[in-house]
Amino acid sequence: MTVLSLRNLVVVVLLAGLLLLPIYAQVAGSPFLLTLFTRIVILAIAATSLNLIMGYGGMVSFGHAVYLGIGSYAVGICAFEGVESGFVQWPLAIAASALFALVIGALSLRTRGVYFIMITLAFAQMAYYVAIGLDRYGGDDGMILEARSRFAGLINLNDKTAFYYLCLALLFATIFLVWRLVNSRFGMVIQGARSNERRMRAIGFPVYRYRLVCFVIAGTICGLAGALLANFTDFVSPAAMHWTRSGDLIIMVVLGGMASPFGPLIGAVALLALEEALSGITEYWQIILGPMLLLIVLFARGGIDGILARLRHA
Amino acid sequence: MLLFIEQCLNGLQLGLLLFLLAAGLTLIFGIMDLVNLAHGSFYMLGAYFAATFAVMTDSFVLAALLAMLATLVVGMAVEVIAMRRLYGRDHLDHVLATFGLILFFNEFVRLAWGPEGRNIPLPSWLNTSIELLPGVPYSAYRLSIIVVALAVAFLLYLIVMRTRLGMLIRAGASNREMIGALGVNIKLLYTLIFGVGAALAGLAGLMQGAILTAQIGMGENILILAFVVIIIGGIGSIRGAFIASIMVGLIDTVGRSYLPEFFKLALSNEAAATAGPAMSSMLIYLLMALVLVVRPEGLFPAGGR
Repeated sequence: MTVLSLRNLVVVVLLAGLLLLPIYAQVAGSPFLLTLFTRIVILAIAATSLNLIMGYGGMVSFGHAVYLGIGSYAVGICAFEGVESGFVQWPLAIAASALFALVIGALSLRTRGVYFIMITLAFAQMAYYVAIGLDRYGGDDGMILEARSRFAGLINLNDKTAFYYLCLALLFATIFLVWRLVNSRFGMVIQGARSNERRMRAIGFPVYRYRLVCFVIAGTICGLAGALLANFTDFVSPAAMHWTRSGDLIIMVVLGGMASPFGPLIGAVALLALEEALSGITEYWQIILGPMLLLIVLFARGGIDGILARLRHA
Repeated sequence: MLLFIEQCLNGLQLGLLLFLLAAGLTLIFGIMDLVNLAHGSFYMLGAYFAATFAVMTDSFVLAALLAMLATLVVGMAVEVIAMRRLYGRDHLDHVLATFGLILFFNEFVRLAWGPEGRNIPLPSWLNTSIELLPGVPYSAYRLSIIVVALAVAFLLYLIVMRTRLGMLIRAGASNREMIGALGVNIKLLYTLIFGVGAALAGLAGLMQGAILTAQIGMGENILILAFVVIIIGGIGSIRGAFIASIMVGLIDTVGRSYLPEFFKLALSNEAAATAGPAMSSMLIYLLMALVLVVRPEGLFPAGGR
């Protein structure tokens, strides 16, 4: 494996592009590009956290967007009740999603396969309906975030470029964390349980507990992405945890490449760029995207990252 | 008391609609081992087809039959074109592919019928109310839903338990490889089951569509309820799906109307007004969590696995 494989080249170009993007947006005079990519980066954080449980752990969660919602509601509710300090809001968002992930995980991980997919979906849906029921916080319509989180002069989130770089730094930190995690002893157990759970248990690992910890870590990271998302859109609504959002996250991971460190990022860029491109062609762009997903599932196993890796070998 | 009877009937009606969806889903799960998120799309298509046919034929019953036939054809076409290639693949692949199908069908309906909902006009003989017990009027149409769905459930029971086809279906649910090895034309069986599942979903959709309206995305919320039903009932079990559907329908409907009242006993009015609706929409998910804790395979898991 040479360092200069096509796959590594793509990753390096992508990362450099992300780093230089604000400068390009400034020069080209298109602030829209910066907005689009802030969104991509935030969703890439969420997708990377999903990759930890789905790609490496084999736990297909169809309710991962619920933590996006919980994270953003934590920020939104704090702001609504007059607490605007990010030092309070963000740890609260993280703690709340960790707690939720612990409860959802503890119940869901008792099941396998299809049951796990369905039960995570159902829990997310439950949270969605609870959010709709929160009349004080806007109910179905959601609520506008009066002010972005304040960090006592440390960083101003209203500055679009600073906010973008904050998100990007958190994305890199997440990718690094997940990479370190899956290559640690802990990660080996998680991956081992994906390929052969019975054997891992026979060796003496408490698989359930390892999985639960992994599930909570992923939920926690996604909760942070939720806090970013609320600040990004200045808006909190149940739509953040709608089940199609969970579906989007799964698409990003699979499209980019499961169990690959940069796969979810590649997938997030590819999916959102595709959406932008298709919606430029026709108002009914989903009629193209839907069958494309089908084709990707049928013919492009391993996602973009897998294709890049295969091209190197061909 | 009056209200209670009416709510129970409404719950029964919702439960039976759920059963029509869940029966197809649970068979597709149990026999083809396929996660079909697009099942809700057939529900939606059934309603839209019925709306169109009702205008064309001027007869609700004829429109309903034609709409079921149309969803049957669409379902079989989807199986032959796409689903067939997904058997034996990872569940994640099913989720993604059928998610793609949902996007396609939603957009297709928007393109073909436009973004506004469609009404399905009811004939006058259904659009009245019947005095069920002295002093208990109930909508004739809702009652007819209950009757039709019960009849379909009974027919399904007869087919599954008393015919050769049903024997193959049951055999498929408990051991898929074996019936293939015994020389049963599995491909045809799968296409048929998928088509019938789609038609049942279409029937549920058009019956519900006549109460509300045919809308884009109408199948998705009820699909998730149907998943809950299947998890509670146990994948692959028609009997489990039936019992769980009625349970979920009753608990959801009765909970929604009585839980807020119940909370008022313990909480202040304002707190009850907030907590009531939120809690009642959580009820069935709590039930599901409870079932899974006690029996991770559901109440009536299909044998053999």
